[in-house]
Amino acid sequence: MNKLGNMKTNITLLDKDGIRCDGRKIDELRKISLQVGILKNANGSAYIEFGNNKILVGVFGPRDVHPKHLADTNTGILRCRYHMSPFSVSERKNPAPSRREIEISKVIKEALQPSVILNKFPRTVVDVFVEVLQADGGSRCAALNAASVALADAGIPMKDIVSACAVGKVEDNIVLDVNNEEDQAGQADMPVGYMPNLEKITLLQLDGILTPSEYEKCIDVAIQGCKIIYKIQKKALIDKFFKGDIA
Amino acid sequence: MDNDKRVYVTPGDIITTGPYRADQNVICQNNKIISTVVGISEIYDNNVKVIPLAGIYIPKVNDLIIGKVISHTSLSWELDINSCYSGFLPAHDVFGRDFSAHSDELSSRLHIGDLVLAKIANFDKNRDPLITIADRDLGKINSGELVEISPSKVPRLIGKRGTMIQTIESATHASIIIGQNGWLIVSCKNQKLLYKTIEAIKMIEIQSHVADLTDKVKSKLETDSGE
Repeated sequence: MNKLGNMKTNITLLDKDGIRCDGRKIDELRKISLQVGILKNANGSAYIEFGNNKILVGVFGPRDVHPKHLADTNTGILRCRYHMSPFSVSERKNPAPSRREIEISKVIKEALQPSVILNKFPRTVVDVFVEVLQADGGSRCAALNAASVALADAGIPMKDIVSACAVGKVEDNIVLDVNNEEDQAGQADMPVGYMPNLEKITLLQLDGILTPSEYEKCIDVAIQGCKIIYKIQKKALIDKFFKGDIA
Repeated sequence: MDNDKRVYVTPGDIITTGPYRADQNVICQNNKIISTVVGISEIYDNNVKVIPLAGIYIPKVNDLIIGKVISHTSLSWELDINSCYSGFLPAHDVFGRDFSAHSDELSSRLHIGDLVLAKIANFDKNRDPLITIADRDLGKINSGELVEISPSKVPRLIGKRGTMIQTIESATHASIIIGQNGWLIVSCKNQKLLYKTIEAIKMIEIQSHVADLTDKVKSKLETDSGE
């Protein structure tokens, strides 16, 4: 899916002890750090480092819709722009939106849509701007995690936070949170977005081939991963709003 | 039953389960009361609500607000009300029923940049909020200092049954007009008291999540006056 770089993949993706190319176990996430409210001029913002992904998200709104014909008199609308900086990959990326970026913008928007409650803001728009500063595998999931907390930071009413992570099939094993190398050379990659409290899936894509039993295992593994990420998201929000004094 | 339970919540948190009534910023799903914003949850008399700590001002009918005139047509003024919608103040509301677009000049009453204390008369999904100043004490604001805070912190500034705002007013002898949209007008006898009042207001805005803030504000105001 993510044809981000043209690295040679002669590395062992999974050794006989079950250790992956970056030293993780098969059910281990990459290192995640998440900060909320770091942009002063946006209504809500978040910065996530998800493995080697570095992504900044800014949320504006609810605000006036331009162009005006997009406005809906019954509800507010959600717009999303996923953009990769020219320096986010090893070879300069043209900053114009590519086919892939347009797709991911749409996918993130549709993954966030079930979580937000915009019917109290008719004729307005909530804009989500996702800027990838450094790209690795699974940037759409990382972006979704940051976008969801940025929306909460902006005070947009939400039914739940959306957590996301990818699962994949590498050397016939189901692995959690595929990185760039595993994505390029692996057999399957499946990003999953999940609302942990409502227990509902908001994003599900699959690139590759899985048997029905493998698919079910993938979903279970992905949900476990999302639950871990949810705790990180929640902690980031509490750190920003309550500055550590937990009641 | 614990009637005064205050907990920090984030969106999606289940505050309680059972036959409670969903008040502000919560939704009820399968008998579970779920928070929709980051804030402080409160349970009282079978009602559950969350006081938000972020968000913009959404107009509500009968809200007292402070608006700033940004433009006018021959029939109405447009007001910035610190929201995603702009306020609509019709001319006959100011001039009375015998308003005539030919003889009355709108700029004779309100200029661009003027501040107006007003009320939301009507608001629905199709139009911008309709503003009125046809009530006692409403109208153009001639004196005082404009202070801006986050609209979500307004309930905290007022406090339970107005305790917080009374504390400030009695300590500084200030008169504070609070617009629900997060704009305030503070009038004081002198500059020193004015700065003190604004400092107290800003303190509430920053520390709005802290418990027993009223006492903290009170002690701060008392120590300041002792110096």
